[in-house]
Order: sequence, then C-alpha cells, then structure tokens
Amino acid sequence: MNRETVTKTMRPNRSITRDLIGIAAIIVASALGYLLFPDNLALLTRIIAIALLVLSLDLVTGYCGVATLGHAALFGSGAYAAGIAAAHYGITDPLLMTLAGILGGAIAGLICGVIILRAHGLPQLVLSISLIYLFHEFANKASSWTGGSDGLSGISPDPLFGSFEFDLWGQTAYVFGVFLLLAVFVLLRFLVRSPFGMLCRGIKEDPMRIMAMGASPKITLIKMYVISGAVAGIGGALNAISTQVVGLDSLSFTQSAEALVMLVLGGTGSLFGALMGTVVFMLFEDYVSAANPFHWLTMVGALLIGVVLCAPKGLYGTAADIITRRLEKRT
Amino acid sequence: MSAVFDVLNLKKAFSGLTVTNDVSLSMAPGDRVALIGPNGAGKTTFVNLVTGSLQPVSGEVRLNGQTVTKINAIGRVRRGLVRSFQVTRLFQEMTPAEHVALAILQRDGRAGKMFGNFLSMPEVLDEASGLLAKLGLADLMHRKVSEIAYGQQRLLEIAMALALKPKVLLLDEPAAGVPQSDTGRIEQALADLPSDLAVLMIEHDMDLVFRFAKRVIVLAAGTIIFDGSPADVTKDAAVREAYLGSYANASHAA
Repeated sequence: MNRETVTKTMRPNRSITRDLIGIAAIIVASALGYLLFPDNLALLTRIIAIALLVLSLDLVTGYCGVATLGHAALFGSGAYAAGIAAAHYGITDPLLMTLAGILGGAIAGLICGVIILRAHGLPQLVLSISLIYLFHEFANKASSWTGGSDGLSGISPDPLFGSFEFDLWGQTAYVFGVFLLLAVFVLLRFLVRSPFGMLCRGIKEDPMRIMAMGASPKITLIKMYVISGAVAGIGGALNAISTQVVGLDSLSFTQSAEALVMLVLGGTGSLFGALMGTVVFMLFEDYVSAANPFHWLTMVGALLIGVVLCAPKGLYGTAADIITRRLEKRT
Repeated sequence: MSAVFDVLNLKKAFSGLTVTNDVSLSMAPGDRVALIGPNGAGKTTFVNLVTGSLQPVSGEVRLNGQTVTKINAIGRVRRGLVRSFQVTRLFQEMTPAEHVALAILQRDGRAGKMFGNFLSMPEVLDEASGLLAKLGLADLMHRKVSEIAYGQQRLLEIAMALALKPKVLLLDEPAAGVPQSDTGRIEQALADLPSDLAVLMIEHDMDLVFRFAKRVIVLAAGTIIFDGSPADVTKDAAVREAYLGSYANASHAA
C-alpha cells in the first residue's frame, strides 16, 4: 500500500473506531450506573437529561464559538412543550411528548439564535442572559399554561410502547433516557463530521474566511442553533417525562451557567468532553453534597478551579491530548 | 475576447477624503494583471470595493457582464470572484484536505450537508488530493494547518481559491512573508494557474510582478496613473515619480 492510500484510508477508520468506542462507553457507563446505583436511577436519568443540554450547548459554543449563558432556554422550552402537550392536550405518549420537546426546543433555538447571533463577544453574552431571564419570566407569568412558580404538574406519560410503565423506581425512564442519549450521540457524531460540521468549525475560527468561500456564517449558525434546540428539547422532554413535573428552574440562568461549567470541565468542541463533564460534575456534586452538606459548594468550586488551572482544555480535552502525544511518540 | 470582469468609474470616499477616484479597468479570461502602487495608494480599499466588503459612492463592478455592485461579498464569490488574503486566513485546527474539500463542497452547494464525510466522498477526496498534489502539499493533506510551514500555508490559500473554480482571482500579495527559499514554489503555482482564469495580483515585490504579469496597473492616490505592459511601466515618468522612483533609489542604495 503506498503512502497516499494509507493517508486516505487512515482517517475514516479512526473516526469509526471512536464512534464505536463512544457508543460502547455510553452503554458500559449506563450499565455500571444501573448496577451501582439501582436506588438512584432518578439521579442518573437527570444526568442524561442534563448531558443532552450540555451536548446541545457544545454544538453552538464548542463547535461554533457562540458565547451563551442562556442555553437552558432551549432545554426549558423543550420541557414545557412536552409537559404542556401532556397536561393540557392529553398527548401522553412518551415518544410524542419527546417530539413536542424537540419542536419546542427547536423553536426556542430559532428565536434565541436569530437574536443572539446579531452580536458578538460580550454583547452576545448579555443578549443570551437577557433571553434566559425573558423566557423565565414568560413561563412565570403564563401560569395558566405553565403552573408559574408552582411548576407544571399533571404530567402522566403512557407506558412506553404501550407496555413499559414509567415506574416509581425510574427504570423505564432511565432505559428510555439511555436510548435517547445513544440515538442523539450517533446522530451528532454524523453531524459534526459532516460538511456542515466542518463549515461550523471554520466559522468558529474565522467567519470572514468562510464568507470569502461564498458561504453564509449567519444562516449556518442559525441552522445549528435550531439543531441544538432540538437536542436540548429532547433533554427537557426526558426530564418532564421522568419527573412528571416541570419547574421554572429548568429555564433558569443558574441552569444555563451550570451547563457551561460542565462543558468547560469536560472540554469544549468534543461530544465526549460534554458527556464526561456532565457525568463528573453531577456525580461529584451529588457525592459531596451528601458527604458534607455545609461545605459542598466550596468543594465544587475547588474542583473547578483545579481543573481549569491544571487542565485548561477540560478533562477529556487534556486526556485526549496526552494520549495523542504518546501515540505520536510511539510511531 | 469579451470581458469577464469590469470596474467602471469606481469612487469611494471616507469622511470626505477620496480614496478611490474614478477607477476603471477591464479584464478578459486568461489575463495576468498586477496592481501595484505605493503604500496608501488605495489598493486595499479597491480590493474591498471589488469584493463587496465596501460599498462605493458611485461606479459599477461587473462580473461576466452582470452588474454586481449591489450584491454582497458572498454573492460575488458565488458568481466567480474569489480572493486570497495578504496574511493567510486558514483554520488552524483543520487539515489542508478539509480546507480544500470544504471549498469544493461549498462550490457544489453541498457544504450544508449534515450527513456523510468528505473522506467517504471519492469525487471530493480525489479532487482535493489532486489539487493539493499539484501544489506539492499531498504529504501534508491530513496534518493540522498549525503544523505546516508558512510557505505551504500560502500554497494552501491558492489551492482553496482554485477549488472554488473562480472566473476572476484576486491575489493579495501571494508571496508576502514567505522566506526567499520558498518563493520559487509559489511562483511555480502562479505560473500553473488555469489559462482561462483572469488573475489580478496585488503585489509589492517588483521582481515577482515582472515575471508574472502581462499587464501592470499602477494606482497612486486612489487613481490609475498607468495601465500598460511591464516593459513600459518603468519608462513612465508619472510612475517613476510616484512609485518606481523611490523603489529604484532604494535598490541602488541597497
């Protein structure tokens, strides 16, 4: 085999290997979670829902370079869309509720994208914060639809495929969540490697250069925002289905900021980083808040400072760098 | 041959100061034109006006006979007017293969495709490898741009421009910042540009201008003061005074 053939065939194989490793890692981690925390499946399902939010944030921040502190607007819109569909319209099939979440999230993504993408840098960040407050306030005021500050209740999803009840132990919700996450992960792996994904990475580095190639950064980014909204909406819908309630906190600034922290912790611009950041942050938070209810926030803060200073590319980003360097040395 | 690119009486002023004054030129397919001029002559403004980054006060830009003055920069690229940059603007985290493939996909209207990868699109990969091989970048096609030398990055800029299959190519100082040892490769790439492509090169390096251009346009204080053959440009009194005079003196002094 000559050198050119090697370079041509090497890359796709590596990507497929990484896809398979990713899928295997999600399945193994999910099975481990199920075995290690059988009494805490609600937490694990919540981790999956938030992981979908963080993946969604990674699409616009990690892959496109959009600065946002209001991404929970997309997640909360998905949660409320699924919740309202069930509580007000009797759409209680979990798959249809998920579809409602996708639509709700995508529409919120379109609205946020059109507004946020009008600015860059700090003004962009301020726009995103304003939007999350507006979404929050809108949900608070439209209490006849959303339940306001009491939260939206009365969501009782049907059994999945007519036979799997959403039980008190949260087994169905957890398995449903794992499948949703796997499906989203596979689709996003296709997306980020596609020509569209390449275009987004180009825009992140130099939008002017992309324009000089005849492509429109703005239209591309709005499309990505809509996709990101759909992904966050799935997370929101999963949360609504599993907890059977939607609260205003799902549309909060705090949730948005936490999602960004998780993304930075894991490493931006990588689906694996988004997943790792969410799992580590939420498990650590759960563990230290139980172990030391008085100082747990201090410990979370210390973890974040430690990671940002010692591993600025995030846990996954830094680990991937070290492994790549080792492999290069060996060859 | 009919003109592929026309600029008619282009004018631009910033806060009352005229920086482009009644500039007109016309190019046919295959033309090799160099645009030169001293610093502050208005070359950058001219490029920005032509590419659509700036709007003129008056005048027209035509591509293939179609007026594009009101069409934005993206629309002009899609109509065949492509530029390269004075300082390379490449995506540091991406590979040369990705750069060229993205340009090919964009040209074919497939850059928005959300599934599939160019590595599994044989026609795109073959075209990208062919183009990179022609410019001597085949061995580097899967390296990150941040890992390749500046001279090679300049060649990649040319490869990207060519992948868009332009009708008119604006090269903004294609050899700027490249070590003397590598300029030969760039000159070869310029010599190998498609014969039906109209090329307008903005350049300071007079040796390169004389080797490349069949026609030289001199811009000074926003106005064209010379438009003719390279052989005549050095003899022109106005040019000597505005530009080559200082250049020649500098050369003598050196």
